[in-house]
Amino acid sequence: MEDIKGFIAARVAKELKDSDVVSLGIGLPTQVENYLPEGVRITLLSENGIVGEGLIPSADDASLYVVDAGGQPASVLIGGSFVDSAVSFGIIRGGHVDVTVLGALEVDEEGDLSSWIIPGKKVPGMGGAMDLVVGAKKVIIAMEHTNKGAHKILKKCTFPLTGIKAVDMIVTEMGVMVITDKGIELIEYNPEFTLEQIRAATGARLIISPNLKKMAG
Amino acid sequence: MAKVVSVEEAVCLIKDGNTVMIGGFMGCGSPHKVIDALAKKGTKNLTVMCNDGACPKFGIGKLITSGQVKKLIATHVGLNPEVGKKMNAGELQVELIPQGTFAERIRCGGNGTGGFLTLTGFGTTIADGKQVIRIDGKDYLLELPLKADVALICGNKIDKQGNVWYRGTTRNFNVVMATAADLVIAEADKLVEPGEIEPENVVTQSIFVDYIVDGGNA
Repeated sequence: MEDIKGFIAARVAKELKDSDVVSLGIGLPTQVENYLPEGVRITLLSENGIVGEGLIPSADDASLYVVDAGGQPASVLIGGSFVDSAVSFGIIRGGHVDVTVLGALEVDEEGDLSSWIIPGKKVPGMGGAMDLVVGAKKVIIAMEHTNKGAHKILKKCTFPLTGIKAVDMIVTEMGVMVITDKGIELIEYNPEFTLEQIRAATGARLIISPNLKKMAG
Repeated sequence: MAKVVSVEEAVCLIKDGNTVMIGGFMGCGSPHKVIDALAKKGTKNLTVMCNDGACPKFGIGKLITSGQVKKLIATHVGLNPEVGKKMNAGELQVELIPQGTFAERIRCGGNGTGGFLTLTGFGTTIADGKQVIRIDGKDYLLELPLKADVALICGNKIDKQGNVWYRGTTRNFNVVMATAADLVIAEADKLVEPGEIEPENVVTQSIFVDYIVDGGNA
């Protein structure tokens, strides 16, 4: 697969419904807005202070005064607005965000998530992720299935957690999984991989959905 | 009423060992002229509260690079490698707080509430040592107010009385920080006459601002 990140982002985009309020994490999740299905218009919340974020501006239009949650030049749509950080996170904790799409270091079968620290190695910090996973109605993890072969989907997370029982869905280049009371259920698979390959790349028990479908990117 | 001072006079009000809130998000909306003057003056042993570490040569990152910060309280430091380097070398303490909790704790510091309850961080290391209060079957963490000796904020237009209007996404933490410190220094991109910002458009009221520095970007 040439563009793994684009493939994952395109599949995540199909989860978004018209008029959803959506928050996208830094990195791969940001690409989701490029693949919105026709007729689906969302309100993008940039947690640093934009309700109704627009497309990334060209270098000429970029303003020092409007950035996204990664600190990169951003824009606001007509009808959008700016808020301060306290209001922004009131929107998030208050249940006004329909979907958040985030990256992860590890996800486990309880829906626990690790994404902000690798002890002794990297300490990027949690930014807004801990608030988003408790506040958004639906939490989708968009990530590559493994870290260069090392399992990221586990029985139990090993790194410090971002949130507990937080994740609803995981989308990778291998398939789409939902977290259920019984564990991780594979509901779609990418036919470029066999179920054995997907199982081998997963560090938790994988329940195969009786309605398993092929994944469309 | 706020007083207009030079940037040199302003940074003389910040003492060694002070706790300083600095507005901005990856440098967007940070008071860059005041930061530069503070770096030049060399005020040290600062505890800085800021959303992030910005970059090594940009925004509050300059104060980290110069070694003036003893402790950084922030939400995200991944884009400034100097933070990790100094932390591992034992030269900088870092406390990380979820971004929404950071904003709301500062808001509490400024509005007289004794803290707030949030689901954020429950079941994680953020909850260590914090009181858990169960309401309607949900476990909330009690998060306490944050205050500072000094807040350094930046507005696009500030009138000579101290009313502030922000442009674009520069509101971020400036709005809450302006309420939560004993001394508030506001850098104006443009210093204007009272009345030039319509009352409806004042975001930070002049009563919160003690000193104004003219950033000179007319």
